[in-house]
Amino acid sequence: MQGVSKDYAVQMHGITKYFGPLRVLDDVNLDIKKGEIHAILGENGAGKSTLMNILYGMYNPDYGKIYLNGQETYIGKPSAAISQGIGMVHQHFMLVDKFTVLQNIVLGNETTDFFGVLNMRKARKKVIEIIKKYGMKVDLKEKVKNLSVGMQQKVEILKALYRGAEVLILDEPTAVLTPMEVDELLETMQNLKKDGKTIIIITHKLKEIKKSAETCTIIRKGQFIDRVNVADETEQSLAEKMVGRQIKLFVDKKEMTPGDTIFEIQNLSVRCERGIETVKNLSMKIRGGEIYGLAGIEGNGQTELLQCILGRRYADSGKIIMHGKEIQNTNTRNVLDSKISFIHADRHKYGCILDMSVADNVIMEKYREKPFSVNGFLNHEERDKFTKQIIETYDVRPAKCRHQKIRNLSGGNQQKLVIGREIANNPDLLIAVQPTRGLDVGAIEFVHRMLVNLRDQGKAVLLISLELDEILNLSDKIAVIYGGEIVGEFDQKEADEHKVGLLMAGGKGE
Amino acid sequence: MLSSLLIALSITLMYSAPLTLAAIGGVISERSGVVNIGIEGMMSIGALTGAVVGYFTHSAWLGLLCAGLAGGVLALLHAIASISFRADQTVSGIAINLIGPGLAMFLSRYFFDGASITYPVPEKLPKLAIFSYLKGTPFANFNIDVSVVLALAVVVVTWFVLYKTKWGLRIRALGEHPAAVDTLGVPVYRSRYACVIMSGILAGIGGGTVTLAVISQFTPIAISGQGFIALAAVIFGKWKPWGAYGACLLFGFSQALVIMLDGGVLHVPSTILAMIPYVLTILILIIFVGRSSAPRASGVPYEKGAR
Repeated sequence: MQGVSKDYAVQMHGITKYFGPLRVLDDVNLDIKKGEIHAILGENGAGKSTLMNILYGMYNPDYGKIYLNGQETYIGKPSAAISQGIGMVHQHFMLVDKFTVLQNIVLGNETTDFFGVLNMRKARKKVIEIIKKYGMKVDLKEKVKNLSVGMQQKVEILKALYRGAEVLILDEPTAVLTPMEVDELLETMQNLKKDGKTIIIITHKLKEIKKSAETCTIIRKGQFIDRVNVADETEQSLAEKMVGRQIKLFVDKKEMTPGDTIFEIQNLSVRCERGIETVKNLSMKIRGGEIYGLAGIEGNGQTELLQCILGRRYADSGKIIMHGKEIQNTNTRNVLDSKISFIHADRHKYGCILDMSVADNVIMEKYREKPFSVNGFLNHEERDKFTKQIIETYDVRPAKCRHQKIRNLSGGNQQKLVIGREIANNPDLLIAVQPTRGLDVGAIEFVHRMLVNLRDQGKAVLLISLELDEILNLSDKIAVIYGGEIVGEFDQKEADEHKVGLLMAGGKGE
Repeated sequence: MLSSLLIALSITLMYSAPLTLAAIGGVISERSGVVNIGIEGMMSIGALTGAVVGYFTHSAWLGLLCAGLAGGVLALLHAIASISFRADQTVSGIAINLIGPGLAMFLSRYFFDGASITYPVPEKLPKLAIFSYLKGTPFANFNIDVSVVLALAVVVVTWFVLYKTKWGLRIRALGEHPAAVDTLGVPVYRSRYACVIMSGILAGIGGGTVTLAVISQFTPIAISGQGFIALAAVIFGKWKPWGAYGACLLFGFSQALVIMLDGGVLHVPSTILAMIPYVLTILILIIFVGRSSAPRASGVPYEKGAR
């Protein structure tokens, strides 16, 4: 803890917060100098977002004091935070899709003439000044739903600046960006810093902390661990402080020993619901004992490709072949029966039924098979036995969760259950889509190890991810999808961030 | 020919006024993110209150005011259930639809010696003879209810507020993404309360115009599905004030048809004719419900900090 002084833009001392009986923050200290970029590092559920939501007035702390510029203050609600110069860009963007950029920016802080009648022209002038000052490129007339994620983030930052934010909180800002958008964001952050703004960045990505932040506060399980100068630390040391144990940041895996082709797609074309051909003449071959990584920016046909493999969308032409048998245009059950398993990107939407128990979720695909059901009657004992086994094998916490709703588990534990369930199917091909989305370093390490294990057993893995690092780290073969086509295919050794990133963005290979 | 056209127009406007008032109420509520299927119940209580107050005070205007208040009170119940307690908005709305007519019937029997029909109000809402200076033409006899003007005024004001003022911008944002509004420091619950209560007031006034302008007393069938027709108009009108108004004119016209065709040359049984507005409602819902896009957060209770 540092002494209270007006050199510090934000100081939060002894912050404690309970959610019901659960203590999510325990005597946490945060000291942030004016004009610096400060990172808050911690695993999921460590309490980073809660801490920042307290600063932004979304929650009230149970104990502890907040000082802004050396003055003790009470925040209590977002409007008070805004008026004291605090702005926040939430992890899930707070934008109204159907509104234009300008409408989103002024919402809640409108310029009006009389009786609340809007004066958008005045507002536009003010926003354009800000845009020019920080060199951001945004079309104010465009509807937010037509913008890329990176663009939407800029709108969020503009929203905060429009309200006169001096302290800007960015909650997991890079989670959804492409590599190029990340660079752009880091540049914007530097511009803001030059102008004297203070920036707080919440993240669990070590690389970006090293690139952008000067100081870093580390939180683990709701407790303050350390406040460090980023320059004195390595990615490794930061990671270990965050997780509290030794950790491997890089996947180590044996040389691959590829087998025969297990899964093949030949000249597949698929249309999206609007009738546009979003997968065009796509072909790929995946061998046993190989992790095949498909890199690409969201919206380049991955969704339709997956739905088509899963039997939820018709193929216009082309073949999907598993173990020499065509499975396109059949149905989902047939696909699953041909020894393909899925880990969906959105485990809340597809992977789990959130309001059902852990045990019921675990037998979701097997409920109709013996021994889980006999003559149409469920056997709950067998279900519970099987669930217990998965919970133990995959170290799901809390260990006695099988009758709890799966909603109450953390994201990492939900994912462990899903992976456990799918691997228990003994698939020959596992399709993992964004399998580490929203997970922290510890859980990511686990998921990656599982995928590599499967590969080492001679199974095929198709990894589809928006995280380029993950693809590059894990895959034996890397393909890039752009505009529904495979625009490049590399062995792991030949691929690098630059080459693949360029293709992802629609650039031509050399 | 001209005079029967004018009569048709006059009836259309008269019947569409209550629908319009109620439908605009629906637009406001849904735009703020709260589904209000309780409009029927709110109209019923408004119709009864209007008739009772109109009868006892001899003032149709006072009756109309109280009809609005009665609808507002019922809407407050819906707001408490669906906003503060995050109840299922459909269930709460159905409860309102059961309470409204039941309570109206009970009160009617209470005030009028066990009769389910109230005495006629001594004074209805005034009619405006807008073309009275055209003496000797069919236009001279053309008059419209003051409720028609009121309904049109409500449409104009609502459109202006929703699209030209900061309150409107916030209401529309509430129906799409309440968390966004919350993080910008605008109170979500309070704003939704205001919109739901306003919706009840308008539905109540709509009900009041039925018993104070269209017919002159409350009967058990004074409000028989108008609230649901108004809801259909909200959807058909794409949650927009002018759209809803257009839809209400169409429904009003179908009621005018019922009256114009009855006893005419066609000899269609009046019971069949009476079905026209409802059949039209169903047809329109079948055709348009799937295609129109409701405010995204409509019907979803807002919970602070929910994931």
